[in-house]
Amino acid sequence: MNDGLVIAVASGKGGTGKTTIATNLALCLSDSGRSVRYLDCDVEEPNGHIFLKPQINEKIIVTAPVPQVDKNKCIGCGKCGKVCQYGAIVHLGDTNVLTFEQLCHSCAGCWLLCPVEAISQKQIEVGEIEMGQSQKVRFDHGRLKIGNVRSPYLIKQLKKNIDKNAVNILDVPPGTSCPVVESLKGCDFVLLVSEPTPFGLNDLKLAVDLVRQMSLPFAVAINRNGCGDEQLEEYCINESINIIMKLPHDRKIAEAYSSGQMIVETLSEYKKEFESLSENILQRLKS
Amino acid sequence: MKIAVTSTGQTLDSQVDPRFGRAAYFIIIDTETMQFEAFVNDNVQAGGGAGISSAQNIAQAGASAVLTGNCGPNAERTLAAANIKLYIGVSGTAQQAVEDFKQGKLTQTAGPNVQSHFGTGS
Repeated sequence: MNDGLVIAVASGKGGTGKTTIATNLALCLSDSGRSVRYLDCDVEEPNGHIFLKPQINEKIIVTAPVPQVDKNKCIGCGKCGKVCQYGAIVHLGDTNVLTFEQLCHSCAGCWLLCPVEAISQKQIEVGEIEMGQSQKVRFDHGRLKIGNVRSPYLIKQLKKNIDKNAVNILDVPPGTSCPVVESLKGCDFVLLVSEPTPFGLNDLKLAVDLVRQMSLPFAVAINRNGCGDEQLEEYCINESINIIMKLPHDRKIAEAYSSGQMIVETLSEYKKEFESLSENILQRLKS
Repeated sequence: MKIAVTSTGQTLDSQVDPRFGRAAYFIIIDTETMQFEAFVNDNVQAGGGAGISSAQNIAQAGASAVLTGNCGPNAERTLAAANIKLYIGVSGTAQQAVEDFKQGKLTQTAGPNVQSHFGTGS
């Protein structure tokens, strides 16, 4: 019987290999007999399915409430416009109230404050969540609706699929902004994937600042090791950050990636790297 | 009547700011007396909704027209809802812009001329 775990694979910089490491880690963990669920939180451009090739068997449409104002009930108090931090509802005097649905964050402030219940909730589509199975790995991903900007809301809904009895691998979006914060909330461990380049180092520092502020345990995986310089490793040593994986800069890995192949299935020489990464993370979470 | 001019500075010899929502200053001027007041635009650093919020501030300041360089769709919709006339493509000094407005040299705009986030500097 597994105790449930949530492991996030994140990075500051995009394109460092989050999905490569997250998908291979998920498959490797399930090969060792654990119950594994992979959740692709990069809802703006999910790509884990290209590698895990899941059979999708369920799809749900995610909607979010936005305000709709009944001008016949409105008394022009202006409380709705004052509380909104995003310009999604604007009071222009009297009962002249304007709404911008795409800017709304569904905080509920406007309809809760309205003294005459003139604001009702209308549901708008934010995106969809697809669920399926890839070998023994259960698979979930979110897809943000084109033109919509509410990735944190969709990520929050997607994370409700976290299985409390499984090892959950979250493939986190790049960067350090709201979607990343939403993805990392409540995680047990964060693996920060970076590459030994000045860009990789700069963005790793931002990611380290974020996980430290969120008080999350973390370690670093260096991808494309050997392609750049030593600064990334020196930074980690100076900051007492553990480097728990170094995946070499190897053309074979790039070739496997570019044809949607899994490293643990096609490159036996690197399978043990993922096995020791899995064990390392699980050991850290035991202690 | 009171009108608003987006401005790069706090005086009438400042240049018209080409951005609406993220203009550095708004100068509210009385076209009869040429008395004016400049206020700093808090929305310069806004992530989103800058045009809407700026339009709301201009409505509250009581201006009935806006002279600016460019205006996006959300700001345009807010100004229209507040019954504020919009003049875009305005450049030069704020003083000259107001003179041109008074002499009827400016043409009122029917719609936005740029996309959202135009003024974010990218």
